[in-house]
Amino acid sequence: MNTHSSTLSARHRIGKFWQMLLAAATIVGILSLIVLIYNVVNEAAGLAVIQYSVDPKLVLPKPLDELTNEEMIAAIEENLSKGAYQRANTDQPFNTRTKSELTKFVQERVLEEEVKGTWSLTDSLFKADQIRADAAKNYPKARLEFRQWLTLDFITQPMSSNPLYSGIRTAILGSFFVIVLTIVIAFPVGVGAAIYLEEYAGHHWFNRIIQTNIDNLAGVPSIVYGMLGLAIFVRALEPFTSGAIFGILDSNGRTIISAALTMALLILPLIIINGQEAIRAVPNSLRQASYGLGATRWETIWHHVLPNSLPGILTGTILAISRAIGETAPLIIVGASTFIAFDPNGLFAKFTVLPIQIYNFTQQPQDEYRNLAAAAILVLLVLLLALNSMAIFLRNRFSNRL
Amino acid sequence: MTLQTEAAAAPRLTSERPQNFYGRTSLSKRPRPLESLIQSFLFLCGALSIATTLGIVYVLGQESLQFFTNPEVSLTEFFFTTYWQPEAGEYGIWALANSTFITSLIAMCVAVPFGLGAAVYLSEYASPHARNFLKPTLEILAGVPTVVYGYFALTFITPILRAVFGVETVEIYNMASAGLVMGIMILPLISSMSEDALHAVPRSLREAAFGLGATRFEVSTQVVAPAALSGVTAAFILGVSRAVGETMIVAIAAGSGSLFTFNPFKAAETMTGYIARLSGGDVSYASLQYQSIFAVGLMLFLVTLVLNIISRRIVARFREVYE
Amino acid sequence: MTNSQHSTGHYLLEAHNLNIYYGTHKAVADVQFNVERHKITAIIGPSGCGKSTVLRAFNRMNDFVPTCRVEGDVLLDGQNLYAPDVDPVEVRKRIGMVFQKPNPFPKTIYENVAWGARINGFKGNMDELVESALRGAVVWDDVKDNLHKSGLSLSGGQQQRLCIARALAVQPEVILMDEPCSSLDPIATLKIEELMRELKERYTIVIVTHNMQQAARVSDTTAMMMLTDDRQSGTVIEVNETNTIFTRPKDQRTEDYVTGRFG
Repeated sequence: MNTHSSTLSARHRIGKFWQMLLAAATIVGILSLIVLIYNVVNEAAGLAVIQYSVDPKLVLPKPLDELTNEEMIAAIEENLSKGAYQRANTDQPFNTRTKSELTKFVQERVLEEEVKGTWSLTDSLFKADQIRADAAKNYPKARLEFRQWLTLDFITQPMSSNPLYSGIRTAILGSFFVIVLTIVIAFPVGVGAAIYLEEYAGHHWFNRIIQTNIDNLAGVPSIVYGMLGLAIFVRALEPFTSGAIFGILDSNGRTIISAALTMALLILPLIIINGQEAIRAVPNSLRQASYGLGATRWETIWHHVLPNSLPGILTGTILAISRAIGETAPLIIVGASTFIAFDPNGLFAKFTVLPIQIYNFTQQPQDEYRNLAAAAILVLLVLLLALNSMAIFLRNRFSNRL
Repeated sequence: MTLQTEAAAAPRLTSERPQNFYGRTSLSKRPRPLESLIQSFLFLCGALSIATTLGIVYVLGQESLQFFTNPEVSLTEFFFTTYWQPEAGEYGIWALANSTFITSLIAMCVAVPFGLGAAVYLSEYASPHARNFLKPTLEILAGVPTVVYGYFALTFITPILRAVFGVETVEIYNMASAGLVMGIMILPLISSMSEDALHAVPRSLREAAFGLGATRFEVSTQVVAPAALSGVTAAFILGVSRAVGETMIVAIAAGSGSLFTFNPFKAAETMTGYIARLSGGDVSYASLQYQSIFAVGLMLFLVTLVLNIISRRIVARFREVYE
Repeated sequence: MTNSQHSTGHYLLEAHNLNIYYGTHKAVADVQFNVERHKITAIIGPSGCGKSTVLRAFNRMNDFVPTCRVEGDVLLDGQNLYAPDVDPVEVRKRIGMVFQKPNPFPKTIYENVAWGARINGFKGNMDELVESALRGAVVWDDVKDNLHKSGLSLSGGQQQRLCIARALAVQPEVILMDEPCSSLDPIATLKIEELMRELKERYTIVIVTHNMQQAARVSDTTAMMMLTDDRQSGTVIEVNETNTIFTRPKDQRTEDYVTGRFG
């Protein structure tokens, strides 16, 4: 019919081909997420070879599972130094402990069990026989057990130098302290700045500079905030951030308050920019109605602008907080501790946070730390998922109110 | 209903003199201390951001100044040599900058084609249903903490690279693995910014092309994409800025210890990696090494700042064109 | 002009030499006209001639447009609203406003009415005030059983009457209405027009409308606005009794406009 018909089908073929390529590009993104999560889950459980460093035959009268409570306590008293025994007894008297608690204590402190090797979940499921053979050959005295690394103990126990007993309680509490303090600092200031820029600031050159400046700050790499925190909060303000002026003398500036101040500066631009957007979404007719009734600027803001932009402001703040929860680099610079076994007890305590612990685990050469890191990552991801669901909920719940 | 029946209940207003409940007839200003107090507080909140910037510039500048004025360091050495061995007093930024460049380059090689492809697919092809599923999923990718990406690089990508290219060729810590994963991290940024740019292209332009008998692919690539080019460029530049400033992935997967090499399978420390490693250790505050992290930080700050400003300029301009 | 209290004149509101600029553009030039007590004054004219801008100059709502600048005097009872020591908040308490589109607060009907009185320091019986304001705006019967429902749940016409009630509760002297019926259906429009005629017994009303029939129906005095000859700025070309304006206008342009020959 016309000269174009033959080329048209070719053009459609090319189009189809590229459509598939483009779809594939999208799938790559989705696939990466799936593989990433698979990889974490895969490492968070699996077979592990565990071996006692001390031969049970040398220190226990008979195999561990046949011992009575009294025999276990006797074995503990015999094999631990007097001081260590006293300390453990003061924590919780041995005669009040259950059998499983005592068994665990004996395994940890008397027999000093340790991990010799671990396998991923898929390997453990599909190559179990081969693993069993390898383990039996290489570690004849060890036992092979299927281990879930993410356990209740992992979440509730403090750190330990033995990865089998190490927990992330300190890190979770640290994250909690730092984040709460960050919100307390950043939320009022961020919302305040957003109100100023949207409701008060005119076209004065200074206000334009503030706006440009905030946009630029949002793009500054987080590590640079860490350096700012190190120089200002940790060093220059050390008397304050170490708590020295409040009579706390055993600390340096690498404290929870320094970390929170740094994080607050880091997420401020995000809170401000999101807050501005939420405030801008409040219809001008409401402001005019309010002014028309003889309300002052602040009355208008407080009674009408803020209540109506609050869901948006909160959504933006939650997103900023989830960013802060996952941030690692600035806290490394500010000086998070990698190993603390005691709970944080205030603003001027040394601190560690969940991502720092994950980073710390990845820095250890032994296999089992990879599993611990995976378990800690799962905790972090669940936390973030919960926060983001909350943000989405808020957005949907209030989005069609005006 | 008439006014008379309501007048009894209505607030009384005589006809000549206004007598309302606040009983004030003067229009002159009254002092409103709370209003001014609040306004000052809000202004301070806004001005804090200026203080933050000044703080960053002061801190980086002041420590860097001490670094560069130290007789052991010379500007020519810093900017034109390729050995970075602070222990040996050698400070050639290119050793670090080069690894930053290589990892960022690899990242962009991943992020740009896939991010752009996803953007075109989502904006031009995907059904609303598919879009509603795919877009939020990509956004999740953007919310994953970088330390998790670092873990992913080290425990998943690196073993694959070593299996494919040989344990001899690929070191445990290597730039390729870090760069690839960084690309995945930046992908959602590129795709969402590019999609915004594609979205801003007016419908009429698409319809004009369809009206001439173009296929969907031809419309996407020859009409929509060129029109969105500046927006996509802005996304690309912002992506580079992200890659340059990214710390955790390279700190975990790219290795420590500086090395000037173009071989992506070797371990080589980036600028951010150096800052993180050094400040994580115990460096005394007055030392040249301590000052050196600020000099590196200053370079990092300036590079990312310039990239961000260019990117925002481009975005602002293309908004102007279509609004 | 000073802020001193003049003896009560014939006019409640007076605009003298009013020039209003947006940036460098002079939107309104040399407006000169007065508003009588307890009368309804309509401002009519083709769209874009600055009717709303003039209206908003009467209670300083233009203050919120960053580029807007007002020159000249607007006197309320002899006090210049633009004198340097005047507080615009005080001005708006005494000169209320009703907007083009009904804009109730997303609060309960009760709160919509009570809020303005409360922030202005009303100490009396709030329930009574709310009821009388809602009665005054002839919306009481529609809402008396649903006072704690959202103001947004009402129909458009009811919302607009709620907005009028809200303005009444602050007990202003003047109520400015900026095309209050433009987004309403004919029945709701009729109700608002009836309401205006009742309100003028106690309030002074200035209404901007693009609907000439409406001006003819409700107003006592009409001000005609037009673009000046250079088509840059709007100005008032004629103020007169409404009847006169619509039957024997002095200005040819007014005649062209009201007879539909123009615009």
